[in-house]
Amino acid sequence: MDIAGSFALLLALIVAAYAFCAGIAGIITRRTLLTKSALNAGMAVFFLVTFAVGALEYFFFTDDFSLAYVAEHSNRALPLFYKFAALWAGQEGSLLWWSWLLSTFAFLVLFINRKKHPELMPYVGVVVAGVQIFFLTLNNFVSNAFNVLGAPDANGVLRVASLSDGRGLTPLLQYPEMVIHPPMLYLGYTGFTIPFAFALAALLGRYPGEKWIHITRRWTMIAWCFQTVGILLGMHWAYAMLGWGGYWEWDPVENASLLPWITGTAFLHSVMMQEKRGMMKVWNVWLVFTTFMLCILGTLLTRSGMVNSVHAFAQSSIGGWFVSFLAIVLMICFLAYWKNRDYLRSDNQLDSLVSRESSFLFNNLVLLAGCFAVLWGTLFPILSEWVVGSKVSVGAPFFNKVNVPIAMFLLFLTGVGPLLAWRKTSLDALKRNFAWPLAGGLLSGVVAFIFGFHEFYALVCLILSVFVVLTIFAEFFRGARVLAARENTNLLTAVGSLTMRNTRRYGGYVVHFGIVLIFIGIAGSAFNKDTQAELNVGQSLRIGPYTILCQNFDSTANDNYQSARATLEVFSNGKSEMMLYPERRFFPASGETETIVATRSSALRDLYVVYAGRSPEDGNPVIHAYLNPLVKCIWFGGLVVVLGTGLALVPNRRPAIVLSPVTDRVWGETVPRSAAAPAVGAIQRGADAHD
Amino acid sequence: MKARRKFIVGSAIIIATLISLAYVGYTQSKTYYHTIAELATLQPSALHQRMRVSGYVRNGTIQHLPGHLDFVLEEQGKTLPVSYIGHDPLPDTFKDGAQALVEGNVAPDGHFVAEQVQAKCASKYQASPVPPAPANQPQPGQTSTGSSASYGNGS
Repeated sequence: MDIAGSFALLLALIVAAYAFCAGIAGIITRRTLLTKSALNAGMAVFFLVTFAVGALEYFFFTDDFSLAYVAEHSNRALPLFYKFAALWAGQEGSLLWWSWLLSTFAFLVLFINRKKHPELMPYVGVVVAGVQIFFLTLNNFVSNAFNVLGAPDANGVLRVASLSDGRGLTPLLQYPEMVIHPPMLYLGYTGFTIPFAFALAALLGRYPGEKWIHITRRWTMIAWCFQTVGILLGMHWAYAMLGWGGYWEWDPVENASLLPWITGTAFLHSVMMQEKRGMMKVWNVWLVFTTFMLCILGTLLTRSGMVNSVHAFAQSSIGGWFVSFLAIVLMICFLAYWKNRDYLRSDNQLDSLVSRESSFLFNNLVLLAGCFAVLWGTLFPILSEWVVGSKVSVGAPFFNKVNVPIAMFLLFLTGVGPLLAWRKTSLDALKRNFAWPLAGGLLSGVVAFIFGFHEFYALVCLILSVFVVLTIFAEFFRGARVLAARENTNLLTAVGSLTMRNTRRYGGYVVHFGIVLIFIGIAGSAFNKDTQAELNVGQSLRIGPYTILCQNFDSTANDNYQSARATLEVFSNGKSEMMLYPERRFFPASGETETIVATRSSALRDLYVVYAGRSPEDGNPVIHAYLNPLVKCIWFGGLVVVLGTGLALVPNRRPAIVLSPVTDRVWGETVPRSAAAPAVGAIQRGADAHD
Repeated sequence: MKARRKFIVGSAIIIATLISLAYVGYTQSKTYYHTIAELATLQPSALHQRMRVSGYVRNGTIQHLPGHLDFVLEEQGKTLPVSYIGHDPLPDTFKDGAQALVEGNVAPDGHFVAEQVQAKCASKYQASPVPPAPANQPQPGQTSTGSSASYGNGS
């Protein structure tokens, strides 16, 4: 089975190389048959890599520890669920998993578009095959998951040795979310390959029109959604597993996942400028290129331990491969751009500072500034070592100082941007759209201030969040009111049908709402509290409204781990409220310990209790309790974002009806002053389909 | 063109603000990383900076004392006495021979005063009990989230 898996991987590389070469040959010679066979080869890679992944899983499920990778990451006592997830526990398997996800995306793209865009797809096939060649080369020759344990005999024949049991999966990965978090993040990382392929293909082939940008946008949304979910699951995993009371530490690996997300977000916004006004073409192409390169960089940072060599105890040789690949990609992108730069000439110029265009420009400016700051801070140890010779790292204050104001500015734009007209917005329209939401936001700020809410950024975040939410609700309400009157339905039905008529616009609002919820949740961390105390049985500690009484310490063991557990009773206002059981687990197979946090989560706050271990001084058990407000908002906001993205991907149910023959308000020329005008305008803008 | 100029001015203001904020954040949070061998060569002024030093815990040197915990780090033949003054429990992986990362600064007497100690169990990453694979030594168990695993051991 190991030979079959290895062979499938090798064959996949050969087939990908064929897809690449035959694709180029087909483009040059314009022979349809050659191109078609290249695209079919691109699809065949999927089946071969799938077979290899299946073969590796077979080793995990049959507890065959003759394979180094399986022996390293699994053991007999490991639950079945985690044997499946052990596939991506180490470098070899993760890279194989990358290849598999990429081949899946490639297959879908090539299959869905097999009869469409005959001028574009050959180029797409070539670009995707090029990326696949790189990863399959790693899978085959640099980091092969199918290496067997054993040593060559005297006569040179390999003698395979099998272990009786493996060394087990690292306990930090033995958590349900860890089974879905890496696939989601990798789906994002690999998914961004597809927009990259389309952008590069359109540029290389000088594909006429803007059709490619629509396709690119859809695939970017899919990848972006996976990336969002992946990041949030990673945060949730860190929160639930690492036991330090937080979910984000500006750790290089976290930053690596954030970087392509930021540029992807910037692209999803600036792409509208290209669709509507023919602007920012160069910028958009480079945003897609950058996003892809940041994905490769992210994989490199995650896998090689390049930046945090202080933390990374496993150094690896794949760094050089990734850096070379990045250099090649950058060079190809630049050459393709330089050769075809006239193809990207802008059709329009910026007309006014108060316009949709400028809101997008500012959005992109600060997103890219944030991305740059995160990248700079992440790579700072490497850069400083090059420049001044000593390794200097920067911590959370650096990242927060830059990114919190950026986040606030983006929140402001989230409220303002969608309601500004293209080209130019009149003062009158500004007042009409923003007076009430702004008043609502300020009022909530004043009320909160009176009630002792004095953290500056948290207060700003609250005001802006209320403002944005009110603008979003106002948009839905205005559109739905007109539709309800027209179709004689109630407002709620009208909201539904309004959304389905322009999924892209209203799905976008839902995504914005989710992002606001996430921001609120993060702002809640300004009010985090924590306290740590040595607790023996019968002693208690106080945090916020809670008193935590230590009742007992006990220990248990099973095949997989030994556990030490505290039994705590939580009182609030003198009443017994609940029991919490924070735990520490020791895994003999890997020799590692894991903290099991006990949380009591409500919509308003989480009580988060950690059995931190024994005091370094006297060996007493130490309990660390945290009170984190509004954390639930983050996870819930994530669900809303996924819902909104899904909605935006659904095709519009039917073309929206133009209600009155007013001049297209989008172009901001005539704005009727009648009472119904804004509502009509809302529908009208809806009619303009891709808003 | 007027709008374009306004946009450029606005952008310049935003960028300048962010750069100054970044600088403030940088001065507040920069941490040097030095090897034990490098410490001896540092200027006296550089010793007060917050820094991280890594090494292996020398066998038998861990001493529980009132108010602090002392041990000796060694790397490439150089040693560094460390006093851990934090109140957080040390990770379970912190024991003789473990690879440890300490954060703090150097006291005038040459002791390293650590506020934080991270440790990784050495056994798993040292000589592998598995016979070596023919082509490629298996990479040790770097998790797919890489270093995020490490702060679990931290503070």
